[in-house]
Formats: sequence, structure tokens, C-alpha cells
Amino acid sequence: MELFGMIITGIGTIFLLIGNLGILRLPDVYNRIQAGTKCTTLGAFLTIIGVGIIQPAWFWKCLLIALFVLVTNPISSHAIARGSHKSGVPMCDRSVVDKSKEFEEYKATKATIKIVAFKEKK
Amino acid sequence: MRIKVKSRITVFILSFITYFIITQIGKFDWQELVVGIVISFITAIVAGDILIMEKRKFKFSRIFYTICYIVRLLWEIIKANFHVAYLVIHPNLPIKPGIVKIKTNLKTDAGLTMLANSITLTPGTMTVDINKEKGEMYIHWIDVKTTDVDEATEAIGGRFEKIIKEIFE
Repeated sequence: MELFGMIITGIGTIFLLIGNLGILRLPDVYNRIQAGTKCTTLGAFLTIIGVGIIQPAWFWKCLLIALFVLVTNPISSHAIARGSHKSGVPMCDRSVVDKSKEFEEYKATKATIKIVAFKEKK
Repeated sequence: MRIKVKSRITVFILSFITYFIITQIGKFDWQELVVGIVISFITAIVAGDILIMEKRKFKFSRIFYTICYIVRLLWEIIKANFHVAYLVIHPNLPIKPGIVKIKTNLKTDAGLTMLANSITLTPGTMTVDINKEKGEMYIHWIDVKTTDVDEATEAIGGRFEKIIKEIFE
């Protein structure tokens, strides 16, 4: 049982290592967030579960912590991505397409409509 | 009014279970149990009214779909990790990043949140922004295969949208 837990913890550590490598190698903020979120989610999940298997008294606590990590990790990555996108961090040269300009235009037109309606009300 | 009471009771039970698992497994102590009940009660009073927002009927099929969803999500997470690991280890970094637009039919906040989280956890995609009024999501895709809206919807959101629709709407 202890060996099994150690193997699982080891696999999780390998995924954490790959995530760090991705943060170093990939070109821009968005790609780095991708590597950061995905590999750390499974890496942390497996590491914590492995600790729980090595020490059976902690298993339920570890499962609870792993579930919290699984639920909150994508939210934090989404918040970082949205923040950097709003503050205008550019995408790298190899990017193929950027549809988000449509959304900026949509918001701009909506704001203009609101201002016009507000002025007419006055 | 009734929905808020129901939501508070749910929050009380969930926070008490969390407290119970963290403190009580392996050793049992009445004092800590009483403190846990008091703290769960305070949590339910202060922040209990935001868990359940709208009224729905209870269906057994929803439990079945929830189990399907969890299994599917775990499988997709494992696939995502091997995909990203392959991209990172490959010497030429075979990436083609870009932000694409997809459409969604979901309306409720809970459904949209779960869809965005699932997309972030699945291979190569990450939610950047949501336009709730028009039902559009802007997705950063690490390996863009198509820029067409419908094809991208099928490739990214199609996996989860039906299951989430059954669970949350």
C-alpha cells in the first residue's frame, strides 16, 4: 500500500515538473497559464492523494483538499487570463487568430448606446 | 423566502460535513463537535443565501448525469495533461495559439460556470471571457484547428454542454 502511494506521488511530481518546464518554455502569458493550470491540477491532485494512501488515517482529509484544488484551480487561471487580457497583454507572434476584438467592439457599441439613451433621458 | 432557507440549510450541512472530515476522523471529541456546529451555523447565517439561486424540481436522472460528468471530467483532465506534456517536451514546440469564439445555449450562472471550468480543464483550451447576453464564450486554444464558430463549438463545448444542460437546467 505504501509503495502504491509512493508511485502515485511520484507521478504527480513528474507532472508538476512538466508544468514548470512548460512555464519556462512556452512563449506568452496565455500559453504559460495553460501549462501552469493543467499540469499543476493533476500534479497536486495525485501528490495529495498519494500522501493520503501512504498514511490511511489522513485519506479523507486529503481527498477533501484535492477536491478543493480541483474546483478552485480553473477559476484562478480564468481570473489571471481575463485580467491580463483586459490590461492588454499582447499575444505572441505565432498566434493564428484573435476573435476577442469582436467582443471589445460589441462592448464599445453597447456603451455608446447607453450613453445616447442617458442623454436623451436628460 | 423558502429558497433562501433551503439554501442556508444546505450550506449548514455541507460546512458541517467539511468540518467533521477535517477534525473528527480518527478521534471523536464532543467539544470540537459543538464548536463545529456553532461555526457552521454562523457560516449559514452570514453567507448561506448564495448557494441555491433558482427553484428546480428534484430528478433522479440528475444524479446519474452528475456521475457521468465526473467520470468524463477526470478522463478529460488526464488527456489534457498528456497533451500539454507532449507539447512542452517536443523540441519544436508545435503550438498554434489563438483566441476563438464559441456559442453556448446555457442560461443559468451555475451552468455557465461549470462549462467554463470544464473547458479550462480539458485539452488545450482555456476560457478568457464570457458574453452572457449573447451566449458567447472566448476561448484561448493552444492548437487552433478551425476558426469557424460552429466547428469550434462542436470541438470544444460539445463534449460537456449536453451533460451540463441535463444537470443544471
